[in-house]
Amino acid sequence: MSAKLVQGYEVVIGFETHAQLSTQSKIFSRAPTAFGAEPNTQACAVDLALPGTLPVMNLGAVERAIELGLALGSHIAERSIFARKNYFYPDLPKGYQISQFEIPVVQGGEVIFMLGDEKKTVRLVRAHLEEDAGKSLHEDFIGQSGIDLNRAGTPLLEIVTEPDMRSSDEAVAYAKKLHEIVTWIGICDGNMQEGSFRCDANVSVRKPGAALGTRREIKNLNSFKFMQQAIDYEVRWQIEEIEEGREIQQATVLFNPDTGETRAMRTKEDAADYRYFPDPDLPPLVIGRDWVERVRSEMVELPWVMAARFVRDYGLPEYDAATLTQSMAMAAYFEETAKACGQPKLASNWIMGEVSRRLNSSDMAFARLLVTTTQLAALIGRIADGTISNNAAKQVFDALWSDGGDVDAIIEAKGLKQMNDSSALEAIIDDVLAANAKNVEEYKAGNVKAFNALVGQAMKASKGKANPAQVNELLKNKLS
Amino acid sequence: MDELHKHSVAELAALLKSKKVSAVEVATRFLARLGGNPHNAFLDINSEVTLAQARESDAKLAAGTAGPLEGVPIAHKDVFVTKDLATTAGSRMLSGYRSPFDATVVARLRQAGMVTLGKLNCDEFAMGSANENSAYGAVSNPWNTAHVPGGSSGGSAAAVAARLTPAATGTDTGGSIRQPAAFCGITGIKPTYGRASRYGMVAYASSLDQAGPMARSAEDCALLLSAMCGPDLDRDSTSLDVVAEDFSRDLLRPLARAGKDGGALKIGVPRGWLSELRDDVSAQFSDQLQSVSPLADMRIMSGVQELMRQGAKLIEIDLPNTALAIPVYYIVACAEASSNLSRFDGVKFGHRAADFADLTDMYKKSRAEGFGQEVKRRIMTGAYVLSHGYYDAYYLQAQKIRRMIADDFQSAFAQCDVIAGPVAPTTAWKLGDKADDPVASYLADIFTLPASLAGLPCMSLPVGLGEGGMPVGLQLIGNYLQEAKLLNVAHQYQLATAHHQQQPGAAA
Repeated sequence: MSAKLVQGYEVVIGFETHAQLSTQSKIFSRAPTAFGAEPNTQACAVDLALPGTLPVMNLGAVERAIELGLALGSHIAERSIFARKNYFYPDLPKGYQISQFEIPVVQGGEVIFMLGDEKKTVRLVRAHLEEDAGKSLHEDFIGQSGIDLNRAGTPLLEIVTEPDMRSSDEAVAYAKKLHEIVTWIGICDGNMQEGSFRCDANVSVRKPGAALGTRREIKNLNSFKFMQQAIDYEVRWQIEEIEEGREIQQATVLFNPDTGETRAMRTKEDAADYRYFPDPDLPPLVIGRDWVERVRSEMVELPWVMAARFVRDYGLPEYDAATLTQSMAMAAYFEETAKACGQPKLASNWIMGEVSRRLNSSDMAFARLLVTTTQLAALIGRIADGTISNNAAKQVFDALWSDGGDVDAIIEAKGLKQMNDSSALEAIIDDVLAANAKNVEEYKAGNVKAFNALVGQAMKASKGKANPAQVNELLKNKLS
Repeated sequence: MDELHKHSVAELAALLKSKKVSAVEVATRFLARLGGNPHNAFLDINSEVTLAQARESDAKLAAGTAGPLEGVPIAHKDVFVTKDLATTAGSRMLSGYRSPFDATVVARLRQAGMVTLGKLNCDEFAMGSANENSAYGAVSNPWNTAHVPGGSSGGSAAAVAARLTPAATGTDTGGSIRQPAAFCGITGIKPTYGRASRYGMVAYASSLDQAGPMARSAEDCALLLSAMCGPDLDRDSTSLDVVAEDFSRDLLRPLARAGKDGGALKIGVPRGWLSELRDDVSAQFSDQLQSVSPLADMRIMSGVQELMRQGAKLIEIDLPNTALAIPVYYIVACAEASSNLSRFDGVKFGHRAADFADLTDMYKKSRAEGFGQEVKRRIMTGAYVLSHGYYDAYYLQAQKIRRMIADDFQSAFAQCDVIAGPVAPTTAWKLGDKADDPVASYLADIFTLPASLAGLPCMSLPVGLGEGGMPVGLQLIGNYLQEAKLLNVAHQYQLATAHHQQQPGAAA
């Protein structure tokens, strides 16, 4: 592995990601989990920790954890334990958080991704189930704080890696890949603004070959952009400290996007004793092999499995297959289009090219694309059968994008049909040859560029309707 | 009509069913006895709520849709949350607290037709053995008001003994049903852990807390237990997935045929628990045990002899880790309590200090003012044993010994059907006697703690009077889910004896 050094230091990064699981109800109660409701309208007696209430496991949350474990090749613990993490905070109604401590449900596994041309593997330590806390609201309550317990008890899967990453680029690529996986398998909606996918980065630096340096944990990174900025800043800061002879203190830090700096929230000395112990209200979580197998059989095809199939069944290059399987919507769009037009490579080119470009420039997700796969397939069909040129096809696509409609009708209305009648084309070519004697001479003298100029003239004369391949062929014949 | 309060649950149910008396008449009679709150047994009474329920019951009795215990009154220990009455758990922390829902046990008993008379005093958050730890004052023992009723279900035991209610719910974490039942001369049973739902019980020690009925006889306890138990898997993850049973089904089986194979019942008495069984073999264990006071010891042995007279066989068994139950219990229970009581922080419900400087100050003052001494002591003990660096030495070690204690019972049950022994080393002591010596009162829990730690069903039944003319209880411990067997043995004893019918002068 080629470690990229920063000022002679190796960067070491590990991740803890909180993925909010896409269950309808909370992890230990039946209250709904929907985002954005009026404060305290989605919290029931259990979420409020009223006396006498008890937690009951939401099996949907467990299934989502199993799915992640299966996707990442992890061990699914047959018996895992819920523990109580005890601390006082107003948004923590019970005075403890139910989490998994010593024996988590998902153990080991790996996330594999490309960083440029290099294949990277980040090993997972574990992924464990836990409940989210509520929110403290410090505005709008003159002199007091408000508590919103809607989020209390929302199911989270905390995904913890080994310190395997060696640069901010690699860290961001890992986070993007993990995000892609959890949204692909549908266990998390991946909405980073709403906090559904939050990353904490443990960052340290060391001289190559030295023992691990002291780490600082950057909390709550909720955009890939901030993630990169925060890690880069943190690395520079740590190197500067060490270079100036100061020791790094283990600490939890927050990234401020306005200043672009990280700042310590608390140091290790303040670290609370959480007095973890197994929660006596919840028996061990037992997951039998049959349950795992049922979840496996109901799981969607994983992106890398699908990509391999695209290569095998559609003859796509690996690059295309990997790109098309970055999102489920894109992959499905490709597959429908490819099947409908029978031209998988052309479909891939169009989707990775024109379609993606248009979506990106209008900042739209694939799922919201209005051009149907039937329309795109029809368009590709007209390119393949030589009815229209690639350039003309872009005009048709523009029309489909803005107004929809029938591909053939658009071609007709815009007069984009290629001139495939060779006698008409021959007449045009004769005119071009007569009018550009200089180019003809140069070509005959061995100047290839002169030939291209002639093709251009012929295309121009045909108002773009000539089939370039046919023009090429006729020209060559005439000039030989 | 004046004698209505002297009837048992079974008798009242029959009178109501045959319409010889109405639920409103029964309720009215018992409400009349609660005036002046005898023994300080009740914490909340609302005659309107009670009479409304009684009228509902009368309507059901008239319509022929009555439940098995329709119209029979019951009062609930104040750790069961109730919609219509306040729930304080005996703590200032929850003064005036009103729950938006009923505990499952409360709801089930109501569904069986029982009418709620009120809420019963208890040790704060069920922590105590004398009911002196209630923020609302101590409860006195109806047999002698200078004595404690036992705890933590002291209000329940006193109310039943004084015939203020025919039945009460209690909770038992380390003996809190059995010991007050013994001290007040009534019958009480703690079922197998998980039989009765914990939903709606203010938690003390989650892995030990279990609800159970307290009444005058095994027959009544069987009726009540049948109505209370059953799976509640949607609300309590520790609820057992076993169907509700008719715990009365085996009451009439003679002991000569109540054994496992239809033979004679085998009663195991642990070596060292009673003086007669203190031989050389048991010396090593008995040294660690508090001996039972002579008269109580004699009553308990007579109780065992009565069972033998009826055809049961006595065998000696070993429970070698009995003495360790005390430290193990006080580690496990305090650890769980320290966490369970964290929710009482002044933020959402319960007591909040009037003045505070900041958040931490609010926590400190609210909890300092809201909790009593014993609760604070157990929270601190629990926080200590769970702390970094102490967890392995205390909490983990306690869990290992807890397993050993449970294993000891399984070895014993390979040889016998039920285990018999004392509930407590003494009869009820005088109010104030152990109030300043928590360890002395912890040590008195020695005979009730082992079955609690193992999660086994166990009960107490009266076997006569001991020192000071105060009642003595015999403890029966069964194997898992063997409640019907315990009640069978207790009922056979009560068919042949009258100790359970003895009542304090105050009950007249």
